[in-house]
Amino acid sequence: MSKGSFTSALNMPDVPMGKLPDHLEVQRTRVVCKADAPIHTEGIQFSGAYAAVGVDNSNPLDKFKRDFKIDVIRLTKDEMEFDMIGIDAAIANAFRRILISEVPTMTIDKVFMVDNTSPIVDEVLAHRLGLIPLDADPRLFEYMSEHDVPNERNTIVYRLNVSCEKGSPRLTVKSDQLEWLPDGSKLHEVAPSYPGEQQKTYTSFSGSQLEVSRRALGVKHKDITIARLGPGQTIELEAHAVKGIGKVHAKWSPVATAWYRMLPEVILLKEIKGEEAKKLVKKCPVKVFDIEDLGNGEERAVVKSPRACTLCRECLRGESEEQIELRRVRDHFIFTIESASALPPEVLFKEAVEVLHEKCDRVISELS
Amino acid sequence: MEHGSLTDESSSTFSLIDEDHTLANSVRFVLNQDPRVSFCGYSIPHPSDNNVNIRVQTTGDSAKDVLKDALNDLAGRCKHVQVTFDKSVTGFKATQSTNEMKVDE
Repeated sequence: MSKGSFTSALNMPDVPMGKLPDHLEVQRTRVVCKADAPIHTEGIQFSGAYAAVGVDNSNPLDKFKRDFKIDVIRLTKDEMEFDMIGIDAAIANAFRRILISEVPTMTIDKVFMVDNTSPIVDEVLAHRLGLIPLDADPRLFEYMSEHDVPNERNTIVYRLNVSCEKGSPRLTVKSDQLEWLPDGSKLHEVAPSYPGEQQKTYTSFSGSQLEVSRRALGVKHKDITIARLGPGQTIELEAHAVKGIGKVHAKWSPVATAWYRMLPEVILLKEIKGEEAKKLVKKCPVKVFDIEDLGNGEERAVVKSPRACTLCRECLRGESEEQIELRRVRDHFIFTIESASALPPEVLFKEAVEVLHEKCDRVISELS
Repeated sequence: MEHGSLTDESSSTFSLIDEDHTLANSVRFVLNQDPRVSFCGYSIPHPSDNNVNIRVQTTGDSAKDVLKDALNDLAGRCKHVQVTFDKSVTGFKATQSTNEMKVDE
């Protein structure tokens, strides 16, 4: 076959009907990463895309249920990695987007400054407080809407009251000095006219918050520096935390980040032997390739750990370009979640799926 | 909100408030799987507005019903993801704790 001519897929000698020819199957299930740019990046979603060759491209619910798989790779208190296999990028991406911006957390939103003579100005201090992850389960609390009164079901009150004595060395204020007030705010809206007069505070708790939270609340990390106080300086404030989502402000985002990558696949198109194989192994910074001893003094390159491939495409540079193909599996996602909130990552993911479920239900009920 | 015609139920645009790519792209994927759908797509008219328009054209069935089915299908997928995820995590935790026990011995 001379260069430039091509054969139609249907004229190829062994194209069985009901099965896609190899090059189309690759296009359907893989993203191929060429030296300069990836190709076939957009997935083919339409169910009838291959109807002409008698192939059904749909992924109905029962097929999805049969093929979908999750493998947990790593799971710690704050981080998890798992493989999600057999799902479309549209839905995997929905989970990622929801994790970052729509799973609720409790975060400090209002700060009542009583005294602040620290070098950090009020608004910066308030912002720093907002970014501190609190150890409070958001599922136990309710959202506070505009006209709601702050109560034990929608507001958590923390107090910070520290001062540095005159003549003592500088003092570092850490996050564990935020003290939880289970009975609500202790600040009065109006100053009492005589000592001991009962004035309305900024919250109206009907009882101890312990009944809602079932355990003492605090901060997730006890060693976050809030401010440094010099001799004679004081911070006295009350911080009110409410439930919110990352879409409104990133401080409510429950994850440090959540991301996925598609499973890399490295294919050796030709056998690479001897010196060339050694060169290839040395070229790869993440050690994807290895040498296999063929016995009779011959060695050839093999793909050892394709999962490690970062797609730097170093192996495609120079002569080896035609020998290697880098691909990514379109429906295999390596999902990583780093939790930065009270909830562990596996609970966050379940919450995210629940959010998408609720979105569907909401629209269904709107339509009927 | 649905924008369609009274005489032809088979094509409609649905305007969803407070939704974005998260739901619209997932629903578009599910709609594309449905053989009754001849065209579907979505657009966000302006990035500062928080609404999204989903266009559904079918081969004859009511666009509204087809969209409803798609949403039900997506909800079913979510349910299945949750169940599968739960199983995998429980399994992983179990193997991890037995491994830890072996270390302790």
